[in-house]
Amino acid sequence: MKAMLMAFVATALISVAAYYTLQGAGYSAAEKTTAPSSVRLN
Amino acid sequence: MTQTIGALLIALFSMTVGLSHANETTRESTGGAQTMQDIMARQAGQQIDDSFRRDATGNPDAAKQITEQLGVLGGVSDSEVFRGIRYSDLDIKVSNSGPAADILVQDGGMRWLELRQGPLAIYGGGALLGIIGLLVFFYFARGRIMIDGGPAGTTIERFKAVERFGHWVLASSFVLLGLTGLLTLLGRQLLIPVIGHEAFSTLAIGSKWIHNNVAWAFMLGLFMTFFMWVWHNIPNKLDLVWFAKGGGIFGKEHPPAKKFNAGQKIIFWTVMVLGFSVSLSGISLLFPFEYPMFAKTFAIMNSVFGSSFPTELLPHEEMQYAQIWHAIVAFVMMVAIIAHIYIGSVGMEGAFDAMGNGQVDLEWARQHHSLWVAEEEAKGKIPAGSSLSAHHGK
Repeated sequence: MKAMLMAFVATALISVAAYYTLQGAGYSAAEKTTAPSSVRLN
Repeated sequence: MTQTIGALLIALFSMTVGLSHANETTRESTGGAQTMQDIMARQAGQQIDDSFRRDATGNPDAAKQITEQLGVLGGVSDSEVFRGIRYSDLDIKVSNSGPAADILVQDGGMRWLELRQGPLAIYGGGALLGIIGLLVFFYFARGRIMIDGGPAGTTIERFKAVERFGHWVLASSFVLLGLTGLLTLLGRQLLIPVIGHEAFSTLAIGSKWIHNNVAWAFMLGLFMTFFMWVWHNIPNKLDLVWFAKGGGIFGKEHPPAKKFNAGQKIIFWTVMVLGFSVSLSGISLLFPFEYPMFAKTFAIMNSVFGSSFPTELLPHEEMQYAQIWHAIVAFVMMVAIIAHIYIGSVGMEGAFDAMGNGQVDLEWARQHHSLWVAEEEAKGKIPAGSSLSAHHGK
């Protein structure tokens, strides 16, 4: 059962790590469509 | 009086004939515009060839001259501008320079929405309910598959800790992805009427976070289990014997099998092939408009199979195809995995231990994986004094 519990913890950790990694890379739909670099103001 | 009625009948007949002719209007007589038949066909939901409009965008030479009937005042008519927008054939400028922001109209989106909310939800949800119903029926009809003669009392290691770890990373992520995916697909129709918009909004935002981030754990689990088990899942002649005997599900006879029997191989390859496919479409959806893959896939399919799938897709269409494909593949996987969960838990005595603590009863192993047990015996991994004859006192 230890391997199973460790896998559940790993799944949670991988998910949190993925979230912060992608966020740090600036990759989100909001970033892509509303960032100042994406909007032509003149 | 008779003459008046006669005149009226003749007039009515003439009008009917006139209407009949109007219904058969040719394209030339409308100046190239759509005909009554086109309108009626579209209203009836039929597919029409709209190339006469699609190809008539932004070409002043194609427009009627100002001196002609229906002539335009400028180089391009309003209709041509609209068609240019509709078929994304204009070089337009928008304030948002994000991906696909210059696609102002994408009428195929309605067909996608109807497919997503209609057949996809109905048949997908129906398939899940169907397999659950089938398993409940099977459970009551066949009962739990027990170890013939009872457990031996001694165990053998079936899966190492790293194998179980990979399996449970894959399994836990898949369950989370399945539940959050169903919430995303069906929540609007099924949950909002029950829990309201506010509660569903919170649930949907949470589901999206889980779905987007747990996906990476799923891909890791898929990668791990593929490389750990692919060698044991290569099909061989034994699988035909296993199928011929119905996997031993319906009778008392247990067909021989190595580490994985033919049924498990089906699950393995279903998960691997569909898991790879669902991962690709998932990545396409995770990074919108960055990794379009359906136009290229369709081009390959057309060249191989001679099919006629569209090879020029708008960015939004790429996303719509990815979403539809992602959901279809996920539904097929869910159906297979529900059956797998059943047979690995309540459906068969002793099966869960294989992925629980990794140790299975020796008698269970002999009945379901006799050739694998023989291999382990040859390697000296079977505890001494635990042979079948000793257990049954033969």
